[in-house]
Parts: sequence; C-alpha cells; structure tokens
Amino acid sequence: MNHLFQYTIRLADNASILGHRLGELCGHGPILEQDIAMTNVALDLVGQARSFYQYAAEVEGANHTEDDLAYLRDNQDFRNLLLLEQPNGHFGDTIARQFLYDAYSFAFYQGLRKSKDATLAAIAEKAIKEVTYHLRWSSEWVVRLGDGTAESHAKIQAGLNSLWRYTGEMFEMDETDNQMLAQGIGVDLVLVKTAWLAKVNEVFAEATLTLPSDKTWMQKGSKKGIHTEHLGYILAEMQHLQRTYPGCEW
Amino acid sequence: MNNWPLWEIFIRSRQGLDHKHVGSLHAADAQMAIENARDVYTRRMEGVSIWAVESTNIHASNPDEADSLYEPSNDKPYRHPTFYDIPKEIGHM
Amino acid sequence: MTQAQFQARIDADIKIEPKDWMPEAYRKTLIRQISQHAHSEIVGMLPEGNWITRAPSLRRKAILLAKIQDEAGHGLYLYSAAETLGKTRESMIDDLHTGKAKYSSIFNYPTLSWADMGSVGWLVDGAAIMNQVALCRTSYGPYARAMVRICKEESFHQRQGYEVIMTLCRGTAAQKQMAQESLNRWWWPALMMFGPKDEDSPNTEQAMKWRIKRFTNDELRQRFIDATVPQAEFLGLTIPDPDLKWNEERQHYDSGNINWEEFYQVIAGNGPCNTARLAARQKAHDEGEWVREAAMAYSKKQEQRNKQVA
Repeated sequence: MNHLFQYTIRLADNASILGHRLGELCGHGPILEQDIAMTNVALDLVGQARSFYQYAAEVEGANHTEDDLAYLRDNQDFRNLLLLEQPNGHFGDTIARQFLYDAYSFAFYQGLRKSKDATLAAIAEKAIKEVTYHLRWSSEWVVRLGDGTAESHAKIQAGLNSLWRYTGEMFEMDETDNQMLAQGIGVDLVLVKTAWLAKVNEVFAEATLTLPSDKTWMQKGSKKGIHTEHLGYILAEMQHLQRTYPGCEW
Repeated sequence: MNNWPLWEIFIRSRQGLDHKHVGSLHAADAQMAIENARDVYTRRMEGVSIWAVESTNIHASNPDEADSLYEPSNDKPYRHPTFYDIPKEIGHM
Repeated sequence: MTQAQFQARIDADIKIEPKDWMPEAYRKTLIRQISQHAHSEIVGMLPEGNWITRAPSLRRKAILLAKIQDEAGHGLYLYSAAETLGKTRESMIDDLHTGKAKYSSIFNYPTLSWADMGSVGWLVDGAAIMNQVALCRTSYGPYARAMVRICKEESFHQRQGYEVIMTLCRGTAAQKQMAQESLNRWWWPALMMFGPKDEDSPNTEQAMKWRIKRFTNDELRQRFIDATVPQAEFLGLTIPDPDLKWNEERQHYDSGNINWEEFYQVIAGNGPCNTARLAARQKAHDEGEWVREAAMAYSKKQEQRNKQVA
C-alpha cells in the first residue's frame, strides 16, 4: 500500500466533503453576513482539497487528475472523517461540526507544517492561516450560542452531544499513520488529541457547555472506507455529471 | 429587538494610507463587526486594517448648514500656495 | 430647498447624499428600486446555489461558490445603500417575504442543466451589467457607490459564464446540445429583464428626470442584443429568434416580439419557481431567527459584564 497516497487522500477528502456540506448552505444562512462567512470557509476548504488531491494524484503516479480523484472514486474509497459527512442540521449542528473539526485540523496542521514531506508541509503552512480564522469563527459561535439564550444553549449542546461519537476516530492511529509518523512525514495524533481537548475544554467552559461523556461509544470506520449512510448521497449528487458524461471537459 | 445593529466600516487598503469608508453591515457586537467586515469587504485583498464604528455613534454635520460651514473658506485663496508669485529664478519653493 | 432647487442640483449632476433634503417621491422611488435590486441579488443566489453540489469539477465549484457569495455581498451593499434612506433591512426583507416588494423575474425560472450556470452568467449577468454600468452614475450617492463596487466585482461573473458555455460548445455533441438547449430557455427571459417596452413603463420618465435611471428599458435591451448576438455566433449557437437580423440602416439588430403575457404572468407570481424561491428565503430567515436572537442576547450579557468590571 502507498501510505503517502493514503495519508494525502484522507486530508483531501476531509476538506472536500466538509467544503461540499458548507456549499449546500450558500444562500440559506441565518443572516447575510454569516452566509458570506460560511462560504468563505467553504472556499478555503475546496482550495485545500484541490491542493491535496493534486498532490495525491502526483504521489499515486497513475495519470489521474484532482477531479478524477474527487469525482470518480466510490463510497468505499473515500477516507474523510465520519464527522464531516454528517448533515448540516440547524445552525447549531453546523457550528458544532465545524468547531470540532477546526480545533482538530488546527492542531493537526500545526504538526503537518513540520512534515519532512515538503509539499505536505507547504500545503499545511498555507492551510494553517485559513484554519486559524475558521477556528476563531466557529469558537466564537459556540460561545455565542452556548451563552446566548436558553434555546440556543440547548441546541448547540444537543448538536455537540450527537456529533461527539464521531470524534474518537479522529485520533486513531492506524498502519498508515504509524508509518508516516515514523518517517517524519505524518503527525502524532496523540499530541493532536491533547491540544484538541484543551481547546474544546476552554471553549466549552466559556460557552457554559458540558463536555459529553467520555464513555460515549465511538463510531469509526472512515480509515477503512466504512462510512455512515450520508456519504453515498453526497457522492451521488457531487459525481452525477462526471458519471453521466464520462471523459468530458467542463 | 433581535435585529443586529448597523456598523460603518472603514478600511485601510494598504500600509501608509488612511482608513476609508467602504460601506456598512450588521453585527451583534464589535468583534463580529470586524470579522463580518473581513468576510464582506476584503474578499479581494482590499484591506490590511479594519475599523468598525456603530452607526449610531457617527455624528454628521447638517447639510442645510453647508452655506455657513463651507462657503466662508471660499474667499480665502491666500491659504493656497498658488496665490503667491515667486520669481522663476528662485526655483521650486 | 424646493423641488426646483433639487431638480437643479440633479441637472447639474451633483450627487444627492443621505442627509440632504429630497422630495418624498424621490426617496420612495429609490427605496423601491434599490431594495428590489437587493432582493434580486439575494433571490438570485438560489437558482445557481442549486448547482454548487453538482458542479462537475473542483475548479468550477470554487468559481460558483465565489460568484454566488459575491451576490450575497452585492445584496448586502444594496441593502446598506437603501438603509441610508431610513428603511431598515429587516423591514425590506419583510416586504420581500410578504410579496409587497418585487425582485427580478428572471430568478423565477429554473436551472435545469449545468449549461444553465453558463447561461445565467453570460446572459443574465450580461443583461444585469448593462443596467448596472448605467447605474454607476445614478444621482443618489450611496447607490452610485454601491454600484461602482458591484460592477468592479461583477466583471468576472459574465466571463466565467461565457467560459462555461464555451467549454461545452467545444466539447462533445451532447455538451453542445446542452448549451443550445439552455440558450433556448434563457434568451427570452433575459430580454425581459430590461422591463416593459418604454411606452408601457410608467415610471421611466420621472426616474430619468431624477437621473435615478440613465437609459430607457428599450435602449438597454437593444444594447444587450447587439452585444450578445456576435458572442453566440462565435460559439456556433443559434439564438432562438427567427426574426433576428442585422439592420444596416439602423446599425442595430432587429428582433422578434417578446411574449409580454408571460412577462406579466411571472411578475404576478405565476412563474415556474416563484413559490419555491420565496419559500426558500422565508425558511432561511425563520430558521435563522434563534441564531440572531442568541447573538444579541450574548452581546447584551457581555456588555453587562464589561460594565461590572469597569
């Protein structure tokens, strides 16, 4: 198995699928200013996805393009975190998903920018600037909703509770992670978890939110291509044109 | 009551220039106003610094008083350098 | 200031600014026109928004997102300009939702194929730009400034649309067919965007006199046709108007009759998507209510806390 390809495609799929979900919200935000803000995040993520797919295609060496990888792989080949394919729900759910991921990717890219792989390090270096802003934006919203009204508090807490089960796999080290870490290319997810949890605790405290139980039964599978039912629908929509009219330029 | 107040946004387009009024937007607080301004008014690298002022805090001169406010400076050309004749031989002054 | 003095300022091309005296009718006309324009930007996000998740490449997806986001920005600039006239954004949005305020009818047509992303950019934005460029010199300062900013940003919208269509026309037979079919559906609605014929446009004369409008509907429509026909020919596409032909004497294209019955029916709410568009806007607004409320509640709490500290 080409571990570097695996490692890169995970990062690409993460950015692509979350960017896709946020794209669904464009034109439907709670207020104009936040509609624009969410699209900015979506645009950053689509940009990151492109960089990672381009590199993955290069590493794979099979003459694929970024779009071949994004549009012509099926469900079981996708490696994005389960968290990111979860539906947008209400604004509280969207913010909960965003915050849990932003806190993760912020810590992750801090590690990846020191990667011995120059390309991954460079993409991470650029991404960290974007993610710093995303994390600030989503943290502030967690606090606003948590410490806003009784209704908003209940909604964001419920969103976080229901998504918590997808946070376990974010820190799971498999063969690919271990290989990449050993080669100085990948990131130690144990360290990422420590940083992530510290941030989550800090923001939850300010937001007067309760950390979900550490006994939560965690869902996992994305690293093996086993997803929730939601991903299939995302891909059906996303890949529709490429599949219906194979081999076309767009 | 749930409506976010209006803010006036001023942006410095690059170091060394004044902040310039670019428009307004709604935000629940000052912090959000700055972030919204970043998202709304600097999508094409239009700025390096943002000021946000709640619109209710802007006090404006009354246009009906324009005559008394601005006309009087109209007949004082001696405030401008071109009012004075300096011989060519002196050069730039 | 009297009506005559006001008109004299307009005639001298002196811009009117928010706190200046203005006739009530001028204010009302502006609020109507600017808010209508803002609503059009916001409702206009929906037909294209349909295709973000189906964009056929990551590059196209990013472009489409950026373009629709621009429309949100443009709606925002325009609402802001209208707010300087003393009407809140909230009440303008209410007027949209209750049907009291209108928006451009073009957005009541459906986007049915990827080629429609091309047609919307090329034809709909193309038609809009004709209008908007003229409006950069409109007499009300905040409106004119918003339009300058909008025109600057919009310049990529039409180009990306044309590029989408051009790529299809250079592609497979099925892709070219997709482009032609889309042009067939969008051509006439795009021409309707300029509004009724001059003789049927009761507001035009006063709006021209106040320099809120700078060209008539028919003038702008003709300009659009003249500009677009060669662009279609370049692509090998056929404009669906058998009466379209160059008039050497006029130095303009002659064109066939617009179906005004359809135009008025769509305005009256009977277009294919009127109900769906308004419902989508209403839903987003309603579902955002608790979010806007929470942000205000949090802001008030923070203010209290800061006072206690001080």
